[in-house]
Amino acid sequence: MTVGTPDNLASSTRGGVGQSPRRPDGTRKVTGQFAYSSDLWHDDMLWGVTLRSPHPHARIRSIDIGAALATSGVYAVLTHEDVPGIKYYGLEENDQPVLAVDTVRYQGEAVALVAADHPETARRAMHEIVVNYEVLDPLTDPVRAALDPEAPALHEHGNVVRHQPVRVGDVPSARSRADVVVTGEYEIGMQDQAFLGPESGLAVPGEDGGVDLYVATQWMHTDLREIAPCLGLPEEKVRMTLSGVGGAFGAREDLSMQVHAAMLAMHTGRPIKIVYNREESFYGHVHRHPAKMRYEHGATADGRIVYATARIVLDGGAYASSTTNVVGNAASLGVGPYIVPNVEIDAYGVYTNNPPCGAMRGFGAVQACYAYESQMDKLARELELHPLDVRRINAIHQGAAIATGQVVDTPAPMREMIDRLRDAPLPEAVDSGDVRNLPGGVSNTTHGEGVRRGIGYGVGLKNICFSEGFDDYSTARVRLEVVGGEPAVLVHTAAAEVGQGLVTLQGQIARTELGVERVSIAPADTQVGDAGSSSASRQSYMTGGAVKRACEAVRDRLFQLAAERFDVPADQLSLSGGKLVSEHSGVLVALADLLGDEAIEETREFHHRPTTGMDPVTGQGDTHTQLALCIHRAVVDVDVELGLLKVVDLTAVQDVGTVLNRVSLEGQIHGGTAQGLGLAVMEEIQLADGKLANPSFTDYLIPTILDMPPMRLDILERADPNAPYGLRGAGEPSTLSSTPAIAAAIRDATGLQIDRVPVRPHDIVHPVTG
Amino acid sequence: MRLNLTINGAQHTADDVWPGESLLYVLRERLGLAGSKNACEQGECGSCTVYLDGVPACSCLVAAGQAAGHEVVTVEGIGGGEDELHPVQEAFVDAGAVQCGFCTPGLIVAAHNLVERTGEPSDEEIREELAGNLCRCTGYEKILDAVRLAASRKQEAGT
Ligand code: FES
Ligand code: FES
Repeated sequence: MTVGTPDNLASSTRGGVGQSPRRPDGTRKVTGQFAYSSDLWHDDMLWGVTLRSPHPHARIRSIDIGAALATSGVYAVLTHEDVPGIKYYGLEENDQPVLAVDTVRYQGEAVALVAADHPETARRAMHEIVVNYEVLDPLTDPVRAALDPEAPALHEHGNVVRHQPVRVGDVPSARSRADVVVTGEYEIGMQDQAFLGPESGLAVPGEDGGVDLYVATQWMHTDLREIAPCLGLPEEKVRMTLSGVGGAFGAREDLSMQVHAAMLAMHTGRPIKIVYNREESFYGHVHRHPAKMRYEHGATADGRIVYATARIVLDGGAYASSTTNVVGNAASLGVGPYIVPNVEIDAYGVYTNNPPCGAMRGFGAVQACYAYESQMDKLARELELHPLDVRRINAIHQGAAIATGQVVDTPAPMREMIDRLRDAPLPEAVDSGDVRNLPGGVSNTTHGEGVRRGIGYGVGLKNICFSEGFDDYSTARVRLEVVGGEPAVLVHTAAAEVGQGLVTLQGQIARTELGVERVSIAPADTQVGDAGSSSASRQSYMTGGAVKRACEAVRDRLFQLAAERFDVPADQLSLSGGKLVSEHSGVLVALADLLGDEAIEETREFHHRPTTGMDPVTGQGDTHTQLALCIHRAVVDVDVELGLLKVVDLTAVQDVGTVLNRVSLEGQIHGGTAQGLGLAVMEEIQLADGKLANPSFTDYLIPTILDMPPMRLDILERADPNAPYGLRGAGEPSTLSSTPAIAAAIRDATGLQIDRVPVRPHDIVHPVTG
Repeated sequence: MRLNLTINGAQHTADDVWPGESLLYVLRERLGLAGSKNACEQGECGSCTVYLDGVPACSCLVAAGQAAGHEVVTVEGIGGGEDELHPVQEAFVDAGAVQCGFCTPGLIVAAHNLVERTGEPSDEEIREELAGNLCRCTGYEKILDAVRLAASRKQEAGT
């Protein structure tokens, strides 16, 4: 592995690592020319739609497609009987049917497909399909699913997808040493990723019996491994190209319309376009696991935590998706960035008849963070300490171990971060003269009466890259050649640009490593090796690492070429401004002249350091590749009479190892913070008996520009010597810490427990005013 | 039905339009103008924002037939194309206000309207004006930066 430190970033090439060049896709995005998966169009294409179950739990007695098929303009109506290959797929377990076979396990489960020449024709025909259901009682209580052996089993192997314990030390004897004990029951509602670009794409049947898929996804190669068996095709006959992705946040790790569109295309011999509308999108992807958590912490009078226990129940819904790994995160990060000598954690992920839950930014760490940070505030109150002090006293640092026994072996400057946040300026008192500054805004609900201000803090610890022994890698192909008299680099990977700016970073790395300004990024497709997922804050690290290695290999070949031609030692050569420079004789040759007609192309994989699994009984192991910290302070004004609130200020301190692109980086921290704000105060999929009550942007609210306060960032660079350029993944940590910080500020303003997020107006009004 | 529309100053005709089709659908699926986006099709997100007779509107809420005889300007009609960005477009790229970009076309129209109408809007004005445009990626901080940047560049240029 090549180790980089910030020192070798002294790049003279414009737009290299450490700078913030414009996004290569920026111009197309601001002019409307950038093609998203929902913009694709093909001559002769048909529209596909999906019939979904209205019931959270039912047996299918029969499906009658006759009337639908007879509708004029309809070309195909397909059910599970038409699945050409294996009928089940899944990220971690093959438990989800492509189309329901004999049972539906959640409301919105796909049952049948229609292709027609107009989307409205397809929708009308879809309503002609008659499904005879025997409606069953839904199992919707995840705690019952986890702990009640009498609960009906929704899958053959029972309802517990994973139970992961963590055991350290001796909790009972530590309990007797504790001067204070705090307990709490916490709940997190079901959050939706709510990316703006709906699930969509185009499947084009190939002449070889295969299919070309143009879709928006996070990980093409894992899609491929799931899709091909369902279609009964070898992987090489399913060719995938990434089309424009309108945000992802975890929701595109599982399949949505991929197999469906391909089935319809293969069946009709026509290109098929599927675009979900917003309502269908709420049914069409997994959500963040809601959680019920019970915590207990004990500390001595000087503020030191002596033990912690936690029971975390994560509702995985009808199918496994990534529940297994979400449980791993919740368990291993269950007590957060604190030194806790005695630990008992039990984390469960279960099946219910609620919508399936899987990956969302923060992935299992978000849920635990809200609970352990709420506990920190309780401890602070009991101990009469400042909330930052109790965190500082127990903070992890380099050399300390987290609950899994894994020693943090790279910088973890939590104490410094706390101190910096403590010194950060506070916003001014509210100007009640302008209602726009008050809770309720221009609705003019208060002029300051009943408004109380609170301040709260949150710290989050997130694992970066895949954990638990997964051999996580990425692949990059880099080609250097002369184009129009100038050296030019082409970078090709299968990595999904989902908005985060990976295409920008790939170019920066190539410029820095090869000293060439002209870099293009080839469209991402499966004609190059696996890049892994755009998730777990891992792509700068992994695909960044792969591009760096491939560039280094190209550079080595260049140096060899020059060493032979000019008879100089290869190790005295360097690249700068499109020229080859020797330590002794200065500029040797322009790259363009050295290369002539020759192209140099190299493909490299980058693997991060190996990790281990979690011990099934004790949860111990070196399971994480890298750990990242973010800390937030929230200032919130609460109108306790109406339950309305306004987040006034959010200040974050985050350690990112090394800044590779400040503009993109800040955008990630801002965006993650906003999603954490959403979870704190407004975002929840409301369920009644397993049915969604609010599948629209009218009723599922995400933060608008009015809901977001100014966000101040203090970015630290404490390089991680294991990571390319010393970077630390940065996409997720702010999503963890903003939620508990806002909850704590509301607590501070109202004196309420705030043991559930999102906080709803009646959570504030009723308790405060009676 | 046959539909004649004036879009970005040019005449367009679409045949066999079903009366239930929205202006957004006709733009995207019949006329190849896919710049306006379809994030909700319910008037909640602003990603489909176009000018209708000079006033920003959600094209998903306008029946295509209602737009006949009116001037429609879409994101494709703002600025002079990829080589000649409008200052608002330029500022969005420069400020890092674009991530996935799905909200961007609607925001460009809304921000263009704001910047063209007012000199240098205050933060409160920017927030009120753009409150109908959802963005899931940026947290809006850099969108505010972009609008401020566009407005100040425009002031400097005296246009
Ligand atoms: S698509 Fe029109 S407002 Fe959302
Ligand atoms: S940039 Fe993705 S929604 Fe705004």
